[in-house]
Formats: sequence, C-alpha cells, structure tokens
Amino acid sequence: MNFSEKWLRQWVNPSITAQELMDQVTMAGLEVDGFEPVAEDFSGVVIGEIINCAPHPNADKLQVCEVSNGNSVAQVVCGAPNARAGLKVAFAEVGAVLPGDFKISKAKLRQVESFGMLCSEKELGLSENHDGIMELAADAPVGTNLRDYFELDDIAIEVDLTPNRADCLSMRGIAREVGVLNDVAVSEPAISPIAPVHDDVFPVDIIDSKGCPRYAGRVLNNVNVKAATPIWMVERLRRGGIRSIDPVVDVTNYVMLELGQPMHGFDLDQLNEKIIVRRAEKAEKITLLDGQEIALNDSVLVIADKRGPLAMAGIMGGEHSGVSENTSRVFLESAFFAPIEIAGKARSYGLHTDSSHRFERGVDSALQVTAIERATQLLMDICGAQPGPVIVRESADHLPKAAVIELFADVVSSSLGMTLADEVISQILTGLGFALLDTKPGYWKVQAPSWRFDMEIQADLIEELARIYGYNKLPVTAPMAALKPQGAPEQETPESAIVDRMVSLGYQEAITYSFVEPAAQKAMFPKKEGVVLANPISNDMSVMRVSLWPGLLKAMLHNLNRQQDHVRLFETGLRFRQEEKGLEQVQMLAGVVTGKRLAEGWYETGEAVDFYDVKGDIEQMLALVKGVNFEFVPGTNSAMHPGQCARIERNGKLVGYVGALHPTLAKDYGFKQNVFLFELRLDRVLKSELPVFQPLSKHPASTRDLAVVVDEDVSVSSVMDTVREMAGDDLISLNLFDIYRGKGIDSKRKSLAMGLTWQNPSRTLTDDEINRFMESIINTLQTRLDAVLRG
Amino acid sequence: MDTLNKLHDDALAAVNEASNAQALDEIRVKYLGKKGDITAQLKSLGKLTAEERPAAGARINEVKEAVSNAINARKAHLEQHALAEKLASEKIDVTAPGRRQKTGGLHPVTMTLRRMESFFTNIGYDIATGPEIEDDYHNFEALNIPSHHPARAMHDTFYFDATTLLRTHTSPVQVRTMESSQPPIRIVCPGRVYRCDSDLTHSPMFHQMEGLMIDEKVSFADLKGTIEEFLRVFFEKELPVRFRPSYFPFTEPSAEVDIACVMCGGDGCRVCSQTGWLEIMGCGMVHPNVLRASGVDPEKYQGFAFGMGVERMAMLRYGVNDLRLFFENDLKFLSQFN
Repeated sequence: MNFSEKWLRQWVNPSITAQELMDQVTMAGLEVDGFEPVAEDFSGVVIGEIINCAPHPNADKLQVCEVSNGNSVAQVVCGAPNARAGLKVAFAEVGAVLPGDFKISKAKLRQVESFGMLCSEKELGLSENHDGIMELAADAPVGTNLRDYFELDDIAIEVDLTPNRADCLSMRGIAREVGVLNDVAVSEPAISPIAPVHDDVFPVDIIDSKGCPRYAGRVLNNVNVKAATPIWMVERLRRGGIRSIDPVVDVTNYVMLELGQPMHGFDLDQLNEKIIVRRAEKAEKITLLDGQEIALNDSVLVIADKRGPLAMAGIMGGEHSGVSENTSRVFLESAFFAPIEIAGKARSYGLHTDSSHRFERGVDSALQVTAIERATQLLMDICGAQPGPVIVRESADHLPKAAVIELFADVVSSSLGMTLADEVISQILTGLGFALLDTKPGYWKVQAPSWRFDMEIQADLIEELARIYGYNKLPVTAPMAALKPQGAPEQETPESAIVDRMVSLGYQEAITYSFVEPAAQKAMFPKKEGVVLANPISNDMSVMRVSLWPGLLKAMLHNLNRQQDHVRLFETGLRFRQEEKGLEQVQMLAGVVTGKRLAEGWYETGEAVDFYDVKGDIEQMLALVKGVNFEFVPGTNSAMHPGQCARIERNGKLVGYVGALHPTLAKDYGFKQNVFLFELRLDRVLKSELPVFQPLSKHPASTRDLAVVVDEDVSVSSVMDTVREMAGDDLISLNLFDIYRGKGIDSKRKSLAMGLTWQNPSRTLTDDEINRFMESIINTLQTRLDAVLRG
Repeated sequence: MDTLNKLHDDALAAVNEASNAQALDEIRVKYLGKKGDITAQLKSLGKLTAEERPAAGARINEVKEAVSNAINARKAHLEQHALAEKLASEKIDVTAPGRRQKTGGLHPVTMTLRRMESFFTNIGYDIATGPEIEDDYHNFEALNIPSHHPARAMHDTFYFDATTLLRTHTSPVQVRTMESSQPPIRIVCPGRVYRCDSDLTHSPMFHQMEGLMIDEKVSFADLKGTIEEFLRVFFEKELPVRFRPSYFPFTEPSAEVDIACVMCGGDGCRVCSQTGWLEIMGCGMVHPNVLRASGVDPEKYQGFAFGMGVERMAMLRYGVNDLRLFFENDLKFLSQFN
C-alpha cells in the first residue's frame, strides 16, 4: 500500500517529522518498506499561459511563443507540436534548474532569442511521457509555482501490510492508526447522504447471499465521462500507485484508496434487465477488462445480468459492461463479498487486482453505503452525474458479526509479563474504536469495530495493547523453569560424533539440494521411483532424491571442473523413497571420494585412493558405534562397479554400501579418475552397546603366525571367520598382516598371512593347547576352503 | 725408571691417536694386559731391594692408572663424538610440511546451527526433528492456517499432491512434539525447509531453527529475554535489538526481531538497505488455537515460539555475501571455514 504523506496529514497531522512518522508506524506493525519523493528536484518552474504562438522564421518544427507568468511576458522557442495559444503550461523561466541539474538560461535558437523553456512531464521527472509539453488544466493559476500547484514537495510512503491488517489498506485506516498512536484527532471528509434527483433504479437479485451479504447500487444519469479528472485526484492516485483512466474509474479507485471500499461502475445501457449475484456455471466464459477471456468454474462468484456474467465479483469487471467513452448512464456497485469466497480465486486464474487484494483480506462490512455516497458526490462534482436512490440488498444472517470479547487484566499481566493500568487499557481500546460494553476493575467486555474483523479472542486484544503501548517498552526477563534436563542415552551414538569423525578423516561436509534432476537419478537407480514435485522450480530440481549420491556427484563434478582433483565430500540428510509401506524418509550419511590417497605434498607417492582407503574410513567411523560388529559382504548396487561393491550389514540387515562408482556412470559424468562412494542408513547405525569391563589377564599371551594359500575367490572374511570359529574362546586378536600373490603361488591363488594371539584370564595356556587349536584351524581350512598351509 | 717414563709417554701418545674403541682396546692389551708392557714392569720389581720396592711399585701403579684413565677419557670422548656425528647425520628439516590427509571441515551452515543449538541446549532445551515431506495438516492447518488463509500466499509451497508438500518451516515439528508430549516443553527444531522461490536472495531450500517453550507461566517478557540473550551470545556483542509488531497466524502477539546492522553498526549500508536494522527472526506467543489443536490446554499453559533462518545468521556471522554459495559446495568456499 502506497500513500502520500501530504494526503495523510490532511486526515491527521501529528507534530512529528516524516521520518518519525515512518518509524512510528513501522514500530506499530505497519512496516514501512521505503519512501520516494513524488517528484524529482527542480525549481523555477511556474504555471505559464501561452498568449501567442507564431511559426519560427528559420525552422519548420519550431514555434515562437509568448508566455505569460502573470507579471510579464517572455519569448520562448518551443519544439512541441501541441504548443498553442491559450494553453496553460509548465514554464521553466530563465534561472530555473530542472532534474539532472539542468540550468535554464537565455538562449538563441536559429537566430531567435528564447527566455526559458516549456516542459514535458519527462523533463520534470514526473513520468516518462515526452509526447509534448504538459497541458495543465484551464483553471490552473498562472504564476503559481508548479511544485505548489501539484503539491510536489511530498513523499509516497510504501507500507508492507501483514494479511491481518486489511483495515489499513486505505488512507482512512492508516489515519486511524496514526491518530491512536499520537493521540491526535482524525478528521474524516464529510460524507452525507445525497438526495436522489430522479427515481431510476436497476434491480439487484442476490442469489448467493453467503458470498455477497450486501450489495449497494445506484443509477447515475448524464455522466460526462469526457470530463477531466481533477489534478489533485490524479496526483493522489499516482502517489497511491494507480494510473488515471477516466473520471468514473478514477473516482471508484479514489474512494478505494480513501476509504478502502473497492467499487465498480457499469455502463447501465449495456446491462440486461437486472443484476444477479450468483456462482458461475461450469464453463461459463467472460472477457475481462484487460481483454483476456476466462473460463469460469462454479467456485467463482460473478456479477451477472440476464445474458451472462458481467464481472468476477470482487476481482475484475468484464470488458463489454465497463464504462467507455460513450457511456452516459452508470450503475455504481459497492458490495461486501465474503473474504472466504474471494480468497485464492484471483490467484487460481493468475490474477491479482487492488480489488481482489482487499476483498480476500476483508473489507469493512459497514462501509458500502458510505462509499457509494462519497463516490456519488465526487461524480456529481466532476462529471455532473445525476443520482438516483441507493438500493441496498443485504442478508443480515450472512454479514459478519462484530466480535464481543472479554478481557481480564490478570491474563494481560501473565501474557505480557507486566501490569498495564486499567486506564491505559481502556484508553487504548476505545482509541482503536472498540465499543466498551461493560467494564469493572480488571475486566472489560468490548465489541470490535466493523473494520477490525481480525479481532476474535482475548489474545488479539492483548496484542493490540502491546502494540500501541510499544513492544519495546515491555519488560525483558529470563524465563524460569525447573532444572529437569533430559539425559542423552549412552547407547545411542550422537550423529554429531559421526559427522565430526568424518571431518577428522579428512572429509569436507557438503549440503546439496533434496531435489535432483530426474535423469541423473534414474541413471543411477533405474528401479527406484523418486517422489515427484507437482510445481518444481525447474526440471533439474524436480524429483526428491532417493540417495544422496546424485547431489554429491554433482558437487564433485563442480569441483573437478575447477582444478580440484582431490575431493572428499560427505553429507547427512534425508533420502525419500516410495516403499511398499509408504513414503520412507530416512536419515543417511553418504560420501564421495576421488584423488590421491593423501593430501598433495612432497611425501605422497602419487598413489590414488582405492576401495580399502574408503572402507578403512567407514570402519573408523563405525568404530564409534561401540560393541557392534558391522559386516562387509560382497554386494550389488546399480550405481556401483559389480566387482567393487560391499554391502554393509548389521545382524544381516542392510545398513549401506561402499564401493567404486560404476564405470559407465563415471564415463557419463566425465570423471577421468576413480570415484568411490558410500552411503549408510543412520537409523541402523547409531544404536550401540554400553562397554562392559573385562578384568585384565595377568597371564602371558601366546602368539602364532599362520599363512595359508587359497583360491582367489575364497574371501578373506570366510578364512578369518573359520579361524575365529576354530580358535576357541581365548583368541583375543586376529590380524591379517599380508595378502600375497605372485612368485611361488599358483596364479589363481593367493596367500593370506595372519597373526593369532590367545590369552586366558585366569591361567597360562600351554603349548599343547595352542598347537591343538592350530591343528584344528588348519584342518578345517583345508576341508572347508581347500586351503593349503604355506611352507 | 726411564723405561717406565717412556712407556707412560708412548701409551698416552697412542691413546690420543686412537680413533675408535677397538684401537683403544688394543692399547689397553699392549700396555695394561696380563702380558702388557707396563704389567711386565711389575714383574721386574723382584730385582729391586726391599727398600726400593714400595716406591717403585707405587710409581708403576701410578703410570698404570694414568694410562687407564687416559683410555677411559679417550673412550668417552670418542663416544661423545660418535653421538654428535650420529645426531648431526639425523638432522631433518622441521620446516617441511607434515605428512597428512587433507583437512576436512563442517559446512558453515552446520557450524552455525551447532552454535545456535548449543545456546538453547545449554539452557535446557531439547533438539527435535521431523519429516521434510509433510502433510497439509501439520504444516498449515494445525498452525491456524486454514486453506483459504491469505498467509498461505506468504509461503510459496512445493506440493506433491493436494495434501502432501515439502514443509515450508520447521513448525510441524513443534506440532508433532506437542501432540506427543505434555508441557513443560522446551525444544528447538533445526532443519531443512523449502519454498518455491529462487533468486539472488531466496533459495528453494534453506535451513531454519525454530524454538518453542510452553509452561504454565511463560510471558512475552520471557520471550524478549530469551531472544536478546541468544543474539548477544551468538554474535558475542551487545547489539541493539528491537521487537516490531508483526503477524503470523500461529502466534499472538507476534513480533519481528530486528538487530542493529552487524555490518555498519546501525549507520545504514547496503546489507541493511540503509535502515540500520536487520530483520532476523519472527516470534510470538503461541496462538491458543495452535495449542488446542495439538492437545495442549490453553487455559492452563502458554508459551512462545520463534524461528530464524540459519543461512542468514551464517551470512551475518561470517560476512558471506551470496546465499547461493551455501549450496554450490565449491571447496574454495567450504574450506574457508576449516
């Protein structure tokens, strides 16, 4: 909502500066977004009258004008085609300074002297209009400074109103607010009922009273639509952000800006039989004022006549029934439409008008007749309109009821943390227009004014009290609460500890969008259907991620393209999958790795990171989850290299994957180096065991080394599991210290060397015992896995 | 006697020339061994008279000891020398960079979130989280925003279908917490939120941290106290703070909180649009309809809620000037916070 400061001060004029005024309303909840001077800086421009106009002796397109400033006449050379005798003009005299610090001095144009300049709107910075010089009204007083005439020493203030304060979408509303804040009287324009000068009426039939509880209408005859809208009105509209169109439209817009009631003027001669307020029928069409044709549906309220819809109620009028230059009889509409019937309708058609903006937030339901009287008076003054009687159709049952609210001083105190004096409360409430129905010490029963339809409950009143009293004058306290903290369970590894460990392991945390490009995701997960957004920002953010990898790989690519060839990224966040049980939103930890094994430096040998580096990082991270064994088993994942993919399990349940990016995908991305990925479900990771103390053994440990040769496809874990199984309960450590392939070993086989350590808590184990364990280990490995002891 | 003197001098000269432990050992054997030259002198004592013998014996022992001491001293000297040489040969250039993995780091949004969370957990708040794909009820209806409400236009919502959407704020977590527990409630709800809006100053995904305190006696003054303390602790500065009336359907009274611009100190600059103030969060007393909808008795309990954008806090704290940097994940940007 934009408004002129000068206009406001005609309503209410507290002795504060413009800046103080703007700060004040901002701090009362009407946030001032900014302000602009209504005109650029210029001086020395007065209203002039062209006395005489003669062709320039030496130029076809120039004229030599004699211009009066009321005291004297000056010769001015002018190039505008519309310069003519009798015209009142904006006359920049010698010595004037125009916007852009353009000084007007005596000049000679093609040998003819010129003393000053006749200005266009653009030259004065009033608009972009440069078609010709400004044509002022015939009654403009010659010699008056143009700035005074147009009241240009003014600012247009823009307030950004919250949706609940529709009552301030008018000068009247803003003025009321400023009045209360400064305890200054507000002077409203005098509006009185206008006696009809004829009996013409046009029938109104409200079918949908719920949507339109009140409709006031009036017939105006002999309306001169060719009359000029007075300059003061054009200027106030301009400062309110509205362009002047014709006097009827200007007056309805002016009343809307002034009082807050959107109105509409129909060309009465285009209306058929009667006005009908009803729901649109399915597929009914209307061509709107802006020329577009719209197919309506039965949720839309329309103003119709016998032939069909004339207007979308409270949103926009139709083209054929609007006021045109041939109109002479006008039917003026001032209605109250229920906000809930208008809300969202304009938006659903991509429309947003000053009218819909107000109706969907709410218009003062007591304002319709006042507004029609005001508009009538203005149209009589400007266009010589002859009014008929006002007719009002209304349904009392459907009109909003003013809320009656009780207020208790102790609730005010407990809510605000301070006590407001009874007199202060009474004064604020009455100042805001509440009617005091009953009061006793510490108690009020009030009725909200018709324009404060946002008032419903006691909390609403408390906000009003706080707002007018001043939020910043309210006390500041530290809350009191019982010291009963929730402990963190020790058998749940905090996610932050996992994140911190990833950081310690040299990973950089990334945050990628939760929505990704469908094609990239499909390529990685051809069988997973992502959840699709109905209204995405763009196609590359249109489907919810089923994994964190697409986003992380995109981030990796971004960095590889910027001379970073060593990238270790991780992310935590939800992935979204449509599973049989329904939508699943699971917190994941994922990462992508490429580049050298260590940070770039003099020490590194140029070795690229491989699967075991990344697996080692995962193992280090999982070590935070105490007392839990995670298994890495050969797995398959559509995004991974089939031979370098481990499925991470916990008690046989899938936790995640670690492996190399599938070479086909790597090629699609354009990665030239190996890329490794991992992703784990944190919901299946974090539960841990409480460590349980085991007494330290005082007896010596026994160690043995064991090297066996097995086929390539015998997994390390199967060998080690067998060793553990056969080594008895006293085996305290098993360490694979070598994997050897090559000389001395069959080319399809490999040698695994392990160190075994036994220790018993209460006695020293004998060599015989250890030898028996070794024997059964070797025998079992032989029979089960075709292992041969390496000699 | 001349022989002894000569042996003494020869032995000492040999010791001084010895360059290693083995040479010293050979000298020891030559002079002091069982068959050594000086030891042999002792055997010659028998030829002397009984009167002469003690003096001569003592003299021989003196020489023996002198040679033995010289050997020991030389040995110690050689050992020290060898150690010095070893140390010198083992010298490294400690100024060369250490051998290590690349430095990792937290995303600045996580750093900021942790700072914010820690203030509240330190004063007894719990952290609550919830789903990001939400239903219309928890994101809007339960928060006093019915379907026709104009405030819905303030939330540019991403929809999947008529009733499923991406949460536009973390308030649904507050609703879910109130549904599942009774006051006193003190929680903060950090997380990702989504708005269908993308330009220089809006990201379709960003982070919020909202908070909720519900108890029997929690006032607007407590809200002001909590927020002012939080801002002071977060920015580690005494900053002017102001509370400005505003409107949210889920709070009443509602306020926007402004702080004096951290960039210009309130003089007016580009960051604060020349106003000297920065809008930093919304807050208010929880609307009774919201309490009631989630099963909390508004006659008995009241409380406050607040919410702020994490990226905005990070930008102000670290001077980041472009919101989009947070989601590009450029290592040149991210590593600045390591």
